[in-house]
Amino acid sequence: MNRQLAGTGALLRLALRRDRVMMPVWVLVTGLLVASMPGSLEKVYGTAAERAELASSMNANGSMRALYGPVFGDSLGALTSWRMGVYGAVLAAVMSLIIVIRHTREEEETGRQEMLSAAMVGRRAPLTAALLAALVANACVVLIVVGGLAGQGGPGALALGLAIGGAGLLFAGIAAVAAQLTESARAAKGLTSAVLGAAFVLKAAGDAGTPAGACALTWISPLGWLENARAFAGERWWVLLLLVAGVALATGAAYLLSGRRDLGMGFLPARPGPAEGRLGTAGALAWRLQRGSLVGWGAAFLVAGLVFGGMADGAADVVGGNEKTRRIIERMGGQSGLTDAFLAAMAGLFGMIAALYVVSSVLRLSGEESAQRAEPLLSNAVGRLRWAGGHLAVAFGGSAVILLLAGLGLGIGHGRDLGTTVGASLAQLPAVWLLGALAALLYGALPKYAVAGWAVAGVALALGWIGPALDLPQSVMNVSPFTHLPKLPGPEALDWAPLLTLTVLAAALVAAGLGALRRRDLVA
Amino acid sequence: MTKAISVAGLHKAFGRTHALDGLDLDVTAGEVHGFLGPNGAGKSTTIRVLLGLLRADAGTVSLLGGDAWADAVALHRRIAYVPGDVTLWRNLSGGEVIDLYGRLRGGLDRARRTELLERFELDPTKKGRTYSKGNRQKVALVAAFASDVELLILDEPTSGLDPLMEEVFQSCVAEARDAGRTILLSSHILSEVETLCDRVSIIRAGRTVETGTLAELRHLTRTSIRAELAGPPNGIAHLPGVYDVDVRGLKVSLQADTDKLDAVLRSLTASGVRSLTSTPPTLEELFLRHYTTADEANAR
Repeated sequence: MNRQLAGTGALLRLALRRDRVMMPVWVLVTGLLVASMPGSLEKVYGTAAERAELASSMNANGSMRALYGPVFGDSLGALTSWRMGVYGAVLAAVMSLIIVIRHTREEEETGRQEMLSAAMVGRRAPLTAALLAALVANACVVLIVVGGLAGQGGPGALALGLAIGGAGLLFAGIAAVAAQLTESARAAKGLTSAVLGAAFVLKAAGDAGTPAGACALTWISPLGWLENARAFAGERWWVLLLLVAGVALATGAAYLLSGRRDLGMGFLPARPGPAEGRLGTAGALAWRLQRGSLVGWGAAFLVAGLVFGGMADGAADVVGGNEKTRRIIERMGGQSGLTDAFLAAMAGLFGMIAALYVVSSVLRLSGEESAQRAEPLLSNAVGRLRWAGGHLAVAFGGSAVILLLAGLGLGIGHGRDLGTTVGASLAQLPAVWLLGALAALLYGALPKYAVAGWAVAGVALALGWIGPALDLPQSVMNVSPFTHLPKLPGPEALDWAPLLTLTVLAAALVAAGLGALRRRDLVA
Repeated sequence: MTKAISVAGLHKAFGRTHALDGLDLDVTAGEVHGFLGPNGAGKSTTIRVLLGLLRADAGTVSLLGGDAWADAVALHRRIAYVPGDVTLWRNLSGGEVIDLYGRLRGGLDRARRTELLERFELDPTKKGRTYSKGNRQKVALVAAFASDVELLILDEPTSGLDPLMEEVFQSCVAEARDAGRTILLSSHILSEVETLCDRVSIIRAGRTVETGTLAELRHLTRTSIRAELAGPPNGIAHLPGVYDVDVRGLKVSLQADTDKLDAVLRSLTASGVRSLTSTPPTLEELFLRHYTTADEANAR
């Protein structure tokens, strides 16, 4: 055992050193988002009566339960757990999967692990060091959450902190398994994200139809375990044991798999490709490189659309007739009729997630350039505009395709005319395009800071998710392009003005980005 | 003689570092031109300016009669480039990449492609991620040599090839020259340069320090001479252009400036020569001499 783990300490220090910026940012953002929630809630719902009303109205509404889960109590702590528990866990999970895959599969893929493993490094050391790095990060999140929420009640703070950290560690374990199965870091991240997305959809589907998190679908999802731990509302400590068991199972599987494969290899073997190729243009190459990921996103959007569409009526059954709820639902997207409100909220959710697709697809350009694959390609008779245009066409066309699929899924699942749901879903497109266009502008003008495209999308997402329940001032909400979209489906006549304005703005930003790309040096 | 590449007074700065500081480069159409210099001298930067990937700060850069930046796409139809570090798309096979590059240039000679795959012993069905460094380079080399282009720009193209493949590469370069193509070859393998190149440019710290045929460059350097004489040498150490004289009885070894050889040989034959070996400077010595003198010049 000792030989297998030799060098773990050195590798862990290397990992922490390499992540010295990324990890604290993730930890602080995740921890503080959760820990600051009681203060934010208190500003809006100052009295116990207001909070009780919020809790009962939120519980009565299926679309709210789908998005945030059921409310188990009306204390500030319980409301914090309701509002931020699942999202804190999602953030911790994404942080963990990035850390684990970055220090396992990515190291092997780039060939750096080969040099390290030639030194005094045991066979199990890289995986162990990556999992320990994830443990350190999640432990810090737990400390911030527990410390920040201790004032709301020690046991509740501990339960919520441990549940968030436990979910993060569980996805660290799942990422470790994915890293053994696939040969590329991109595929490993995609696989783990797919599991995370499935966990969210299961939890949402279960909660939409059933109050109090009792649905079997909710119990299948690790994110459902988190809400069922009921922090600040009579903690059920035994539910945390499920997380412990899950972590043990996933990491055990990862170690088992890692012991049975060679360095750099996966379990899904590489098949030979064609000896002659048909690719003849830069556009065809862009499509070939991105089609796999587009197919994955499209399938996920279609399935999620079907699931959410199917629960729309159930979600609207329970009446949430009070004024405050209606106001919040209106801000979330709906205008009248709880079914419409639910569908509109779902369309908005798809829009925000499609923003992640468009940013990742646009930033493929940046990846191709920094991996030095753009340089030999552009030394052929390929103009930069044509090359970039191919990737941008996939990004912007692809986001239209996945939103179309989501709209179809919602319509088919709900059993209602497809035009309404497809229209509601496609109405998100101008805002999605605007975020993609900002990423394209950043890439063209400031290639070193192209990753800031993620931050821009992140701000828009955070405003969309957290803003409505916090009653943020309109001027702040206006920062997000999604705020300006018409609420569909709704009774009012469709207002085309914001859609056209956003689309024209997006086109102008893309044009500016391409102009900058044409004039600048390629990054070596 | 038409110029395939003509660069004059090229400047390129990245922030405060001056990568290229008034570089000149002339490559005649139809020749194999060696492009030498220590690491960080600016070879790859020059090549990237030639390819229109970087924009020159100052100076003129013309390729095949066009402007490297403004006419980049039209020029690239007539150019093939092989980088020193070839990165491929992990999920595309080598054959797909070769065909893609061929189509994005002037077109691909199918028969030549098949022949080159055989000569380089490259399996085109493997995916990008499974190739070794040498095999990735072969993918780029097959794509370049099978393309119907006028100018080949090769940036340390053989750093990962084994000696057998190095031989194949050298014959491919010779065939390309015989077919009338121009080749700019940046390399650290001096024997390769010595065998292949008609003319050579040596650059250092972003400037061209020497350019010409190997014979011309040799002329500027020293020849080493060993001789066994019939009688004791007479005053040879005092001749101009003679260095490192070592006399052991009747055996003499020395270094002489190549343009002073005549006087040195006269002095030696005056004592009677029994045996004589004269070694022209190798490219290595030539190379090292340029670098060390430049170092000394910098130190002063």
